[in-house]
This record gives sequence, C-alpha cells and structure tokens, in this order.
Amino acid sequence: MQNINTTPIQGSNWVAFKTILLKEVTRFTRIWVQTILPPAITMSLYFVIFGNLIGSRVGTMDGLPYMEFIVPGLIMMSVITNSYSNVVSSFFSAKYQRSIEEMMISPVPNWIILSGFVGGGVLRGLLTGFIVTLVSLFFIDNIQIHNIIVLISVVILTSILFAMAGFLNALFARSFDDISIIPTFVLTPLTYLGGVFYSIKLLPEFWQGVSQANPIIYMVNAFRYGFLGKSDISIGIAFGLIMVFIVILASICLYLLHKGKGLRS
Amino acid sequence: MSKALSISNLSKTYASGTHALKGIDLEVENGDFFALLGPNGAGKSTAIGIISSLVNKSAGKVSVFGHDIDTDLTAAKQNLGLVPQEFNFNMFEGVEQIVLQQAGYYGISRKEAKKRAQPLLEELGLWDKRKSASRELSGGMKRRLMIARGLIHSPKLLILDEPTAGVDIELRRSMWDFMQRLNEQGTTIVLTTHYLEEAESLCRNIAIISQGEIVQNTDMKSLLAQLDMETFVLDTQGLPEQLPSNTGYELRKRDETTLEVDVKKGAGINGVFSALSQENINVLSMRNKANRLEELFVRMVENGDKTSSTKVSGE
Repeated sequence: MQNINTTPIQGSNWVAFKTILLKEVTRFTRIWVQTILPPAITMSLYFVIFGNLIGSRVGTMDGLPYMEFIVPGLIMMSVITNSYSNVVSSFFSAKYQRSIEEMMISPVPNWIILSGFVGGGVLRGLLTGFIVTLVSLFFIDNIQIHNIIVLISVVILTSILFAMAGFLNALFARSFDDISIIPTFVLTPLTYLGGVFYSIKLLPEFWQGVSQANPIIYMVNAFRYGFLGKSDISIGIAFGLIMVFIVILASICLYLLHKGKGLRS
Repeated sequence: MSKALSISNLSKTYASGTHALKGIDLEVENGDFFALLGPNGAGKSTAIGIISSLVNKSAGKVSVFGHDIDTDLTAAKQNLGLVPQEFNFNMFEGVEQIVLQQAGYYGISRKEAKKRAQPLLEELGLWDKRKSASRELSGGMKRRLMIARGLIHSPKLLILDEPTAGVDIELRRSMWDFMQRLNEQGTTIVLTTHYLEEAESLCRNIAIISQGEIVQNTDMKSLLAQLDMETFVLDTQGLPEQLPSNTGYELRKRDETTLEVDVKKGAGINGVFSALSQENINVLSMRNKANRLEELFVRMVENGDKTSSTKVSGE
C-alpha cells in the first residue's frame, strides 16, 4: 500500500485525446478480420465485376476508361462506410457495455471525446481507403493523381464528416438494430446513387437536379477530381458543403453530449 | 477545509415520473469513512449517479471538496473516484489496458500511469493477470479491477457502490483491510453496501436513505446506541412445538433447536435462563446476534418514512 501513489495529478486534454485515439486504433486493428479485410475483398469483387467484366463492355465514362472512372468512387465508398461504421459500432458498444461511463466520470471534455472517436473513424477510413487504392493497382495500369491537395483534403474531410454521422447515430441508438438501420437504408442507397458507378451527366436533367441533393455526389466528384481532374460539380461548392455539414454535425453532437442524450438519464 | 462531499436539497425525478430523490441534504467530512445505506430502490444509486455525472439532477446542489458540479465540474471530477455496483468495463480489453486508459482520461501520461498502475495492481492481486482480457477474470477479480481503475488518478473522495457484492468472505475481509488502509492514508470513502456488518465495522458516520429521503444521518456510535434491545441466539437441546408465551420475553423459533430472544439493554440475561429452565428448555450455548446495525436498519426502512425513524431514534 505504501507504494500506491495517492497524489492527485492535473492532466492534459492532449493525453486524453491520444488515449481515446489509441483505444480506437487498438480496437479496430485487434479485430482486423472484421474491419480491415472485408473492404479489401468487397472492393476487389467490385473491381473484377464492374471494372473488368461489365466495365469492358461499358467502354468510357466521362471520357475515361470505365475502370479508371470507378476507382476513386470505390475508394471513397470504402472510406465513407468504414469511418461511419467504426464510430457507430465502437461508441454504441461502449454505451451498451457501459464502459462509456469511464469517460463520463472523468474530466475529459466532450469535444475531446468526440474528437477521439472521430479520429479513430478517420484513421480506419483512411487505412481502408489506402488498402483499396493498393488493390486497385492490380486492375489498372497506373494511377494518376491530378491534384494531391484536393485529394487528401477531400478524403480527410469526408471521413471526418461520416465519422461524426456515425457518432450521432450511436448517440440515438438504443439497440444493435438501430446502428444498422441508417447504414442500410440511408448510407448505402446514397452512396450507390452518389456517382460512384456513373456520371450524373448521363441522367435526365430532372434526375441530375435530384442527384445534387445527395451530399455524397459532392464528395465522390471532388475526390475523383483529385485523381482524374474530372468532376460533375464545382469543387468549391463541394468543399463548402462538406465544411458546412461538418460544422452542423459537430455542433449537434456536442450539444447532445452536453445534454447527455442517450447517455445520462 | 471544505467538506469532501456536500449535497443540498438534491432532487431527481425520472422521465417515467419516479421521484427517486426528494430533496436530500448530506455532508461528508474530509477523511471520513461514510456509509450510505438503504434498501434497493431507495435512491442510493441515483445519488451516486448525480455526484459522478452519470445522472442529470432535477434540482439541488452537489459539491466535491468545494467544487460545485454545476460551475466547476472538471475540478469536482478530478477529486472523485467511483467504483460502481455493476461491471462497466469493456470485456474485450485487458486488465492493464483498462487501468491505463482510465488514467489517460484524467490526462495522466502513459509513463506516469504505468508507474501508478503497477503497485495498485500488485496490491489488489491483479498484476499477474494484467495482460488477461477482463472477461476472463473471476467475479472477485473484476471487482478489484474496478477498484484499481477508480483509484488510478488518486481521488481524494472515493465512492464504493457495493464493492464486495458477490465476493467470498476471505476476499471481502482483505478488501475491507485495503479500504481501511486507503482511508488511513487520507482518502475519504463513501461506501454503500448490503452487508451491514461491513458498514458497522468500517464506517464512522452513516446515512440511511429510504424512498428518496434521508431517514437517519449520524455517527455510527450514536446510531448503535439507539438500539435499546439486544438479540441473543440460543442453541437448545430441543424446543416444544409451541413456544411458551408467559416468559416475559419475546421468543422466536429459528429451527427445531435454535431460539432468538430480545432482551432490553442492561436488563441482564439471567432472567431468560430462569424462564426457559422453568419451561424445561435447556440452553446449550448462547451468542449475541452478530449484526446490531441490521436490526436498526430494518426498523428504519420498514415503514419507509421519517415517522418510523423518529420512533427509533427517540427524537
């Protein structure tokens, strides 16, 4: 007992942030078979089926070979789904097991909790995006990068946005069903209709207008612009919208954390 | 010196309409070992939840070492450690990982956290299990893990919510010893427990909560002094079918050979033996019923209102 330190310590938020981030990274790397491997396999199948088998009959899309056209969209799709699902499952699991109480009783500020979980989601999104990029090299001769700054900033901002959306989903979720409803019924349709597999210029004018209400269109196109220099929409508008969505979601998450939504009775 | 814990007019009404706390006041002195007792559903866990920021209060004030949880929450949290009633760690994480992470949430660097964790885990008999997943631990080890986690940031006030629930007697005694030494080193402890013997032997002051109200708040000695009756357990050679009713004592049959008898404090026990002897009941051995606090506790909460407590305390 004499060796036990009973001197209170004043700690830093930076240490708290690193702790949550490390906890998140440890979690998704420990269960890599569930988190890292599936996107690589799924995307390989997409490349084989849509790129090679069907793509060879499609010809060009927006002036580009179909395989090259879909690569940025598929990378972005894996980034979106993985950053979202990492946070929603990790945070809900912490709620479910009540281990979130470890953070709630400690002096770590809400914005650090949010940043830590979002950081974990971003890292998983980026890691899977990188793996999918490597996989794509098996299917295309060379990967061109038109604007590296646009490319990196879009992928990071998008993963932040969807990690926050996952956090919001987890705050409201009361059961494991609730964490699969949004990905299944909202995220997947929006992603598939988000210009991953086609250019919205192919759509009738009315549906082009409707498509512009889909936020994923902006992210996929801005990302594709970073790779190929081709986009259906303005890059400035895409960045602006992503930033606005991030600010709105961050504000909602912090407000709900402050109120203890789904956490405190 | 500010109080370790100060609660004023604390109320909680849940969305369901349940009025869990009805304006309680409570003060715990710095360095105290304080028992917060009450039956299930009395409001203990709600009070602890509010103090530790896990439950939103409806009204009232709470401060930890003078830090109001409304205006100075960070400082209040720095001074508070909680060992909750139910296991609330991630079952897939390792023992050491859980403790180090908790230190990290308090902003303690990994290096410093490791320095603090080793003696703590050794003291609690968990060092050899530090790499094991927490789900692989026995019930007693899980309880000790929660104690280690609650102490890693060296809180000045530690709340232990039924820390010995479900652990065997040997381990319970070693945990009592640990808690006592911790208290002697200056940590203020608030303990809730259903083992009243535990509260009686460890705590200096006590509050009893029933139906959301504090029905007793005093020091342990004064409380036990209120007990005007003592209960003795008598082992006999055998008891008649129907116990005699003319002995002048209240007799209760526990089984075929064991008898309980209430004797007014200071009245002496000789009369009991004489009365039983006249009824041909031979007493083989006798012991004082172990838990005096239990008797008081049951009396105080059985009606769940202040009237009953006033009667007991003679106020």
